[in-house]
Amino acid sequence: MAGVAGPATGSGAAGGDGDDSLYPIAVLIDELRNEDVQLRLNSIKKLSTIALALGVERTRTELLPFLTDTIYDEDEVLLALAEQLGNFTGLVGGPDFAHCLLPPLESLATVEETVVRDKAVESLRQISQEHTPVALEAHFVPLVKRLASGDWFTSRTSACGLFSVCYPRASIAVKGEIRQYFRSLCSDDTPMVRRAAASKLGEFAKVLELDSVKSEIVPLFTNLASDEQDSVRLLAVEACVSIAQLLSQDDIEALVMPTLRQAAEDKSWRVRYMVADKFSELQKAVGPKITLNDLIPAFQNLLKDCEAEVRAAAAHKVKELCENLPMEGRETMIMNQILPYIKELVSDTNQHVKSALASVIMGLSTILGKENTIEHLLPLFLAQLKDECPEVRLNIISNLDCVNEVIGIRQLSQSLLPAIVELAEDAKWRVRLAIIEYMPLLAGQLGVEFFDEKLNSLCMAWLVDHVYAIREAATNNLMKLVQKFGTEWAQNTIVPKVLVMANDPNYLHRMTTLFCINALSEACGQEITTKQMLPIVLKMAGDQVANVRFNVAKSLQKIGPILDTDALQEEVKPVLQKLGQDEDMDVKYFAQEAISAVAQRLRKLDFPVKDSEEPSAPGADKNHFLRPRGPGEDTGKGPAYQLHVNTRDTLPQLDTAEIVLFLPKHRLISRI
Amino acid sequence: MNYPDEITYGNKDHFRLASFSLPSSLLHWSKPPPSRTWTVVMTYQQDYLSPCLYPLSALSDIISTVEFNHTGELLATGDKGGRVVIFQREQESKNQVHRRGEYNVYSTFQSHEPEFDYLKSLEIEEKINKIRWLPQQNAAYFLLSTNDKTVKLWKVSERDKRPEGYNLKDEEGRLRDPATITTLRVPVLRPMDLMVEATPRRVFANAHTYHINSISVNSDYETYMSADDLRINLWNFEITNQSFNIVDIKPANMEELTEVITAAEFHPHHCNTFVYSSSKGTIRLCDMRASALCDRHTKFFEEPEDPSNRSFFSEIISSISDVKFSHSGRCIMTRDYLTVKVWDLNMENRPVETYQVHDYLRSKLCSLYENDCIFDKFECVWNGSDSVIMTGSYNNFFRMFDRNTKRDVTLEASRENSKPRAILKPRKVCVGGKRRKDEISVDSLDFSKKILHTAWHPSENIIAVAATNNLYIFQDKVN
Repeated sequence: MAGVAGPATGSGAAGGDGDDSLYPIAVLIDELRNEDVQLRLNSIKKLSTIALALGVERTRTELLPFLTDTIYDEDEVLLALAEQLGNFTGLVGGPDFAHCLLPPLESLATVEETVVRDKAVESLRQISQEHTPVALEAHFVPLVKRLASGDWFTSRTSACGLFSVCYPRASIAVKGEIRQYFRSLCSDDTPMVRRAAASKLGEFAKVLELDSVKSEIVPLFTNLASDEQDSVRLLAVEACVSIAQLLSQDDIEALVMPTLRQAAEDKSWRVRYMVADKFSELQKAVGPKITLNDLIPAFQNLLKDCEAEVRAAAAHKVKELCENLPMEGRETMIMNQILPYIKELVSDTNQHVKSALASVIMGLSTILGKENTIEHLLPLFLAQLKDECPEVRLNIISNLDCVNEVIGIRQLSQSLLPAIVELAEDAKWRVRLAIIEYMPLLAGQLGVEFFDEKLNSLCMAWLVDHVYAIREAATNNLMKLVQKFGTEWAQNTIVPKVLVMANDPNYLHRMTTLFCINALSEACGQEITTKQMLPIVLKMAGDQVANVRFNVAKSLQKIGPILDTDALQEEVKPVLQKLGQDEDMDVKYFAQEAISAVAQRLRKLDFPVKDSEEPSAPGADKNHFLRPRGPGEDTGKGPAYQLHVNTRDTLPQLDTAEIVLFLPKHRLISRI
Repeated sequence: MNYPDEITYGNKDHFRLASFSLPSSLLHWSKPPPSRTWTVVMTYQQDYLSPCLYPLSALSDIISTVEFNHTGELLATGDKGGRVVIFQREQESKNQVHRRGEYNVYSTFQSHEPEFDYLKSLEIEEKINKIRWLPQQNAAYFLLSTNDKTVKLWKVSERDKRPEGYNLKDEEGRLRDPATITTLRVPVLRPMDLMVEATPRRVFANAHTYHINSISVNSDYETYMSADDLRINLWNFEITNQSFNIVDIKPANMEELTEVITAAEFHPHHCNTFVYSSSKGTIRLCDMRASALCDRHTKFFEEPEDPSNRSFFSEIISSISDVKFSHSGRCIMTRDYLTVKVWDLNMENRPVETYQVHDYLRSKLCSLYENDCIFDKFECVWNGSDSVIMTGSYNNFFRMFDRNTKRDVTLEASRENSKPRAILKPRKVCVGGKRRKDEISVDSLDFSKKILHTAWHPSENIIAVAATNNLYIFQDKVN
């Protein structure tokens, strides 16, 4: 009976009134070992409930030892466990007992799955803060040492992430030891560990005394930056940023820059790529003076690197680099030192480089101002708009807003239009899809007149594209355009064209009308929907293709909330009832669904208070034992979600609303 | 994605092979051995296992790859039936010192299943083409196994504890009445018999149009490559949905195709260097630092053809079937149909050593072409110190070449002469002329008995030889 007494100490949600509350907890505990991963996961996610019911004492002595050895499970379960344990201090008796959580997290920190290990380390870092300084040295630091000297590299990699949290709070002697352990991991035999150490180097440097940074971290950094494995060297570039932030200008020049210069010219393209990728951070960390002397020349080299990946990464950084240059003399510097290289990239042989440049080049116009943009950048924009690679053109088009602010989009419209038209008719549907997505943006910038004149016909043409994804995107596009240009515009330009398609001989196009109505009805409002769209929808209920008919039912359900009661009662309901008697099973099903939705709405409008309670949905919780049990179900019929395996003769006894909720859709067909 | 069912064994002793104590008189030697003497450690026939698992045809039992792990404690074999069998070396015990070296079945699992590519109407065989072990990272072992199309990462782990105690059930599994539950039970872990289980951790699929012939783990421990006939892809162990193509030799017009990739391997220490061999008998070394795509090689190893030996078969027999870096990383070894060659990484124009494996077959190339044997892909291996190399031949013969003493030996792996602890007698093939006793004539060689796959323990003189559906493990004679 010890277990019953337990909850008293930690009485909370589950504690209290005796045996009734024990049952669900008992289920949760048993399901920690259920064969179904989902149930195990569920139980692990409710670990705090279990711990609360067990009380702090039993959690420490029974639950945690069990969890410590549960590292055989699926990754997602272990991940959830690692996450839960990070917030468990209160459940084991507060900070005084936080160290009890270390053993299970220690074993999780050695599993092979990186995400689990990382989560375990994150939780350990969290818990370390809850340790008192004494407990930290008595329990946490020994754990870090154990991990750091573990046999397998998984445990040593995990250790790398823990040094920085225990260092600031440790005593001088222990600090020395911690630094020693970190040093040895930096020269570990396995590249995995060296990589982990390199990636935590910056973080560790931040908590160290400045003297130790100079005397210990910098040599480690220099070593890692000249490691034989380029996968290690490239991580040193990242550490470069954090270390530079800690040092004075002179120290950066003396201690960091030699390594950085070397990295920018590394033999391995991956290291140079990393320098290009981290360029903005590096620029900020080393300050304007070193940037001018060292980084700009390095950047020029990266822009004309022999490896396309490096050029692309550098091209991506062009705008940020220019933005971060000191205001004084920025314009001349860009014009003289950066722009010539950019001009060459516009005609690069590699399309990734060009498209990387295209994604940022427009941003330069705000930095350089109107005149320079027209004189120097505009030719580049125009060249890229005519590029053979669609991605380059798309990137230019997607960033039109930057240039619009500076010189106005009209400057570009001559070239823009052919580019858009060409993309709109591209043979690859993904390209067409991409340009459709920019249509609302373009429409906003070009204005309604220009749009009607040049682009409207394109938007309508997409509605009859032979690829469904394009037709779908085109309908969404119409909706966004209506939101932008207003209902009047819709009524005049869009709606008539859409409704004409209802008579198209191709049933796919007729269905597109319905999809458009679904999308547009809300934006257009009640009047247009009722007067113009509804008659067409109702007329299509007599279509000879079943797919159209059941989409009519779906549309009616969709636009129902927009229509007024009269229309619902007098026009929609009879049509739906007719469809409800359709010979096609699917039409019947969707008609029934629409009928119940419409009926519900009508009921709500008539009796807004009384009927507002929806039938409660049991089983929404995956854990079926935990749901509130109703009086009628307690006769051993089993959980509600098993209904669909019952034979059909038990079904009629149950409320139909419930069946609709729980039967998977395809099973409904066998209902009748 | 459905993983094949894993097969685990509750009790691995169940598959322990018969013990090998024999009267010492059998260990008697008549003549001193030429270089080294090899004793049989164990033989293992796939069909020992089969009746317990599946009714398999003999064909699916054929061993298609053999590989020791980095410590040599484990040995993995893959077969045509898509199974992987892992053997574990017997731990040393005080009273049975001589038993050290025996390998027992540790785990068996179905790695690949036969599949059908409906888009191309192609059957995808389940045959395991290659197995590669990963460096050990925690208490579990990891290996990559591949068939023609899909690489899988397997975890082989032990479990010796089992949780006990339910709240809602009693010990026999009967449900308890919920009303009687008055206390909560937390499960307790109890020791149980050791269980070894293999679980698929990652599936790297859909990246190869052609047949995968090699996989190789990089020394950075985070990537590996897979090579098919025309392309080489680079993968990260953590990422299954993308890989980088680093070599692509597919011509724009397939009619211009003149050569295919036959094997590829990473340098053992330099993470940026790898080699691949081609059907034209050349080897290319690439540096991944230079550029992201390694279509252009850094070094090109080729031996000029001897015009006097040119024949219709020249190109076929010069095709390289296997390429291996030495453990030191300074040499590479290639196997073509008749020879093994050792190349110095710094000398591209000719090999530093060439060993004839079965030169006596040169006169029989015509019939070997007719029975397709000329296309057999023999593998080759280094010993732990790179001083000896081993490769297979026909008639269940395999060859060893000592690079220092320049002595070579032919040994036979067969059931007749492989009583445990028996000593292997060197075999000789005679070419024409008089046949001496103990010699076997070229014409009586059995070409259906071929040894394609062999493996050498990374630090000791223990070798594993796969002869069709038999695995033989031999050990340097323990004195």
